[in-house]
Amino acid sequence: MKAVIFFSASILAAQVTAPPGDWLHFQGNQQGFRYSALKQIDKSNVARLKPAWSFQIDKLDKFEASPIARDGILYVSEPPSDVTAVESYSGKVLWRYKRVLPDNVPFCCGKVNRGVAILGDSIFISTLDAHLVALDASSGNVLWDVEVADYKKAYSSTAAPLIVKDKVVVGSAGGEFGVRGYLAAFDAKTGKEAWRFWTVPTTGEKGTETWKGDSYKYGSATTWVTGSYDPSLNSIYWGTGNPGPDWKGDKREGDNFYSDSLLALDADTGKLKWFFQFTPHDVHDWDSTQVPILVDEMWNGKMRKLALFANRNAFYYVLDRETGEYLLGKQYVRQTWAKSELDAKGRPTRLPNTFPTPNGTTVYPNSPGATNFQAPSYSPSTKLHYVMTRDEGGVFYTGDDTFHEGSWYIAGRFVSKPGEEATGAIKAIDPMTGKVKWEYPLSAGSWSGVLSTAGGLVFAATAEGDMLALDDRTGKLLWRYPMGGRAFANPISYTAADGKQHIAIACGHSLFSFSLD
Amino acid sequence: MRLLLIGLSFIAGAWAQTKAPTDAASLSAGITQFQIHCAFCHGRGDDGFAANLVSPNLVHAPTDTALLSIIRNGILGTDMPPALGMTDEQMLQVAGYVRSLGRSAPITVAGDAANGKTVYQGKGCGGCHMVGGMGGKNGPDLSLIGAMRSPANLRTSVIEPNAVLAGGWTMVHITTKAGQQVNGIRLSEDNFRVNVRDGRGKIQSIAKDQTTAITRDLTKSSMPSYQSRLSAKELEDLVAYLFSLRGAM
Repeated sequence: MKAVIFFSASILAAQVTAPPGDWLHFQGNQQGFRYSALKQIDKSNVARLKPAWSFQIDKLDKFEASPIARDGILYVSEPPSDVTAVESYSGKVLWRYKRVLPDNVPFCCGKVNRGVAILGDSIFISTLDAHLVALDASSGNVLWDVEVADYKKAYSSTAAPLIVKDKVVVGSAGGEFGVRGYLAAFDAKTGKEAWRFWTVPTTGEKGTETWKGDSYKYGSATTWVTGSYDPSLNSIYWGTGNPGPDWKGDKREGDNFYSDSLLALDADTGKLKWFFQFTPHDVHDWDSTQVPILVDEMWNGKMRKLALFANRNAFYYVLDRETGEYLLGKQYVRQTWAKSELDAKGRPTRLPNTFPTPNGTTVYPNSPGATNFQAPSYSPSTKLHYVMTRDEGGVFYTGDDTFHEGSWYIAGRFVSKPGEEATGAIKAIDPMTGKVKWEYPLSAGSWSGVLSTAGGLVFAATAEGDMLALDDRTGKLLWRYPMGGRAFANPISYTAADGKQHIAIACGHSLFSFSLD
Repeated sequence: MRLLLIGLSFIAGAWAQTKAPTDAASLSAGITQFQIHCAFCHGRGDDGFAANLVSPNLVHAPTDTALLSIIRNGILGTDMPPALGMTDEQMLQVAGYVRSLGRSAPITVAGDAANGKTVYQGKGCGGCHMVGGMGGKNGPDLSLIGAMRSPANLRTSVIEPNAVLAGGWTMVHITTKAGQQVNGIRLSEDNFRVNVRDGRGKIQSIAKDQTTAITRDLTKSSMPSYQSRLSAKELEDLVAYLFSLRGAM
């Protein structure tokens, strides 16, 4: 009981910085919960949920953004690197920032952006051409614009920045181009760089011995999904992506530090405190860029600070976030690449004949993984970790692994296993055991993230664009609405000027906002 | 004002460039990009399992603007995806290379297309397929199939249909709670419904919670193999006929 009270208090502390009606970080709070304390919409009335408004963008690219909500305004990024402020009760546009990108910006996987950050009177967006831009929150005027990396070398940026005290922390993208990944922090007032942690070591540094020859020079390990922050330890937790090139590892034999890892960095200096590598020497493009969820919980009779991580490689992990100690690992989606039991330190044991080959090797999961950039959710009420999962086999091929700066560097490809269709499920995982407590099956794998609320609800969209509300304890379907487009984004909840709780999600080329009638 | 001028010059630049390049350097770069991004499905242009690109007129891309748009955005509802990781310049180079394929000598086939048409009619292909608005709709419309598929692909489709399944033609077999059996082509499916066109051409929308079983033929074409139903000459003539179906081009 004491543990419960302690735990609840720490959650309150995490939420107390924001009125419950605002949504101030990519994941709602800095600890990665994507949980709303609002409970106007609950299990008894969710059947009355209706679309209040929708706002259409004028782009055909994927709309992957998760909005920020503050004081009656939603701030949402649009593809490729634009920002729009929308009145959150009516959906009417207040201002727009349109960024004209240079020609020939190399990018992977669409001209996308997953959201903005907010601090004081400033909105921050990291752009496809690898800049960080600060905008005035009430006008959209540019306050400052700094180059974070050189887009001509195929650096780009797609993740929502994370605010940590007076700094804006931004990730890197470009992991399919052999860039050198980084995480960087900038002064929110001036745009001056405070620190940068390179996710791949360079000549003379520890860790290069995990890369054959000089292959670390093209090591990637980018940081393209937003991480989390723990003020009590002053640590940033952020996942890293695949080593380069993606599907052929011959030139980079070794574990390839710090690819496919969770990094714990000092928030003031960017110095590495510890790291945990989930998939050493990855050859399937299983980026470990999922959002780490930070909770304090009793573990074997002792209160511990935990990091929960549902990984693209089909294993679910619990780590001690003070030390990086591995506490639990359990398969949560079908996989055929490793023994089902991880070793005592959480390292996977690969099964033979699972590497990509010129003629193709079939492996589960497919390259998109068991989960990917779909944001997870954690409810302090149910103490369950909700994850959008995908079940699909892939055939993995090797290809040319010659590096040319600024060019595609993947050395292979994958296709979905012929004769099968990707299915999926929204799964509720108990972090104490790693077991799936319930799952809501989906006829196709969805790219939507998951939101849980104090109203006892879990929200997510299907691949076909049906917005769902499920019972957070059983997974039972309570409500749905067909939005009529493909969902690639994550839901949020906020209170609008009318005092009503809203649920918002981007789907197709529109932002939808729902409230009770 | 400066912003407006920049905007206009950007737009003007984009318009001016929507012309597939023909210079040697661009074509050479286009070949490289084509091999990385396109060859997996399109082969060398006319021997892949995707659309045949060795044609002076491409069905979906009559203009360079349309071709560039397809490279950039893909074709919704087909297996053709949007370009991943290609720059604007590289997309233009690929467009240039694809156009150059259309300027190469067309493939010739050995069979007799006129006789192949007789084979097509005699074997009842029109019961399921449509050509020029005539025929059935239990299989793909073949009116432009010669512009979309290589002779090798067409031959395989006839004798080994399961080897080259056409996207969007999955057969589903549904048993309803009322005991009704519905078989048809799946038009769409989500968590709650399956929409099918049955053998009589009727579209049925079926709620999944009103069914007891749904099976999908994901590895099997609804078309039987014609290997044992055609002589070698009939097969080559039929392929020649199918390859001649290019609409008004």
